[in-house]
Amino acid sequence: MLKEGKNIWEKLKDSNLYKSIFRHSYEDTTKNRALQVRSNIFLHLHPVSVPEHAFKIRFTWCMGGITFFLFLVEAFTGVFLMFYYHPVPEFAYHDMKYLEFDVPFGIILRNIHRWAAHLMVFTIILHMLRVFLAGSYKPPREFNWVVGVVLIVLTFLLSFTGYLLPWDQLSYWAITVAANMMGAAPFIGHEGPFSVVNKYNDIRFVVLGGTEIGANAILRFYVMHIIVLPAAAIIFMAVHFWRIRKDGGISGPL
Amino acid sequence: MKKQKTYVWPDLVFKEFLMIIVLTIILIIWGLIMNAPLREIAAPGRSENPSKAPWYFAGLQELLVYFDPWIAGVMIPVIIAAGLIIIPYADTNPQGKGGYTFSLRRFAVVNFLFGFLLWWALIFIGYFLRGPNWQLYLPWESWETVKETGNHLRSLSPAVGLVCISFYFGLGILLPPLMSIDLYLLYGSLRYIVVMTLILLMYAVPLKILLRLAFNIRYVLVTPWFNI
Ligand code: HEM
Repeated sequence: MLKEGKNIWEKLKDSNLYKSIFRHSYEDTTKNRALQVRSNIFLHLHPVSVPEHAFKIRFTWCMGGITFFLFLVEAFTGVFLMFYYHPVPEFAYHDMKYLEFDVPFGIILRNIHRWAAHLMVFTIILHMLRVFLAGSYKPPREFNWVVGVVLIVLTFLLSFTGYLLPWDQLSYWAITVAANMMGAAPFIGHEGPFSVVNKYNDIRFVVLGGTEIGANAILRFYVMHIIVLPAAAIIFMAVHFWRIRKDGGISGPL
Repeated sequence: MKKQKTYVWPDLVFKEFLMIIVLTIILIIWGLIMNAPLREIAAPGRSENPSKAPWYFAGLQELLVYFDPWIAGVMIPVIIAAGLIIIPYADTNPQGKGGYTFSLRRFAVVNFLFGFLLWWALIFIGYFLRGPNWQLYLPWESWETVKETGNHLRSLSPAVGLVCISFYFGLGILLPPLMSIDLYLLYGSLRYIVVMTLILLMYAVPLKILLRLAFNIRYVLVTPWFNI
């Protein structure tokens, strides 16, 4: 029942519809501060309250959070790039040109995707440095450090697979250098020491989908870059964040 | 003493939001003023010289000067990743958790920082100081000037090489406990040997670089199967 003397906004807030969406009021009370975090799927990554030192930029350098944000930027801009990119040698390079000269804001899209990726590599390295220097990997957080190492490896692999996609001279020859290194791997590379494989079944062949960098390589790199590695990164990040909470929240002296 | 706690909403969320806005602005401006590199279309027959990796791989690429590809491109990254993974299990020193107190964990901090800075130094050299044929060019030198490849490199004979390597690792592992530096006690024997081996491997990288630059030594150990 609507009561007399209420303006439309108050009426709205009294409605079933509103209450079904927003579960609590926004008055600044302790209870609401807690509910705000508890009842929001995105915010509930956080605990309701954290020790004061964890707020300090001087403790975390914000690097974990920034790395996460940059990952989201990559996912967001990446989806838009996918609308314009064909993972085949005949198109890939021209799609870059198309983005640069024809697609509205295309060049900015590509630039942001590239620079955020570089920044992410940089911030993840700084995050690792801060975790090390603060001794935050010590018990009970040993395993979260391991999860972190997996994440940094995944980040490097994402960069590596993304690098081939523009199909220009830079990417082609950088991947050539890297692929030849794989061919030189011990045991599983055909040119490596103690090789047990040949040119047609070694690790280089598996990664490139052939003996040369061509259509198969670009497709493999693309699939890894847009689905396999991001999915793995998301899973490990979920574990990473979950473990921060389960290991007793962010580390601190005692 | 009870720990001071603060509510995440709105204090922390506010800071995060601010950070998101600042970063978004930075990325947009960066994207407006600097274009991502794009050279000519890939041409399998015509190689780039130099063909440089992005900066974060330039350190590994720089190592190719001093090590065979299977070491520079495979063994070293694998050992680094494995070494990083075991850090929390190797470093049993309970002190200095959750704060920047270096005096309590000198050994760990010094060695980690050494590796960390070595990594950046290699990136710097590989990315900024290498030109055509991966020769050393200072930033103000023109890449047009042709540099001669000084290759009067030689390798140690297998026997000498083996002795050198055994001495390096043998002494490196045995000396600290013999000199009763209490690292050994701190780590327990198996843990100690693993940690020391990894650390010695790390220092072997700049050592090999020095051997090459100062004495023109190409390989320390030559075998029929592989060279180091
Ligand atoms: C995609 C990559 C990563 C993301 C998004 C991420 C995110 C975060 C965030 C948001 C935190 C909370 C505190 C802070 O910001 O410092 C954190 C903590 C932590 N991270 Fe990461 N991280 C990543 C990679 C890594 C790496 C590479 C390592 C180490 C090798 C690592 C080890 C840890 C540890 C041990 C903690 C707990 C620290 C504490 O309790 O003080 N993380 N991470």
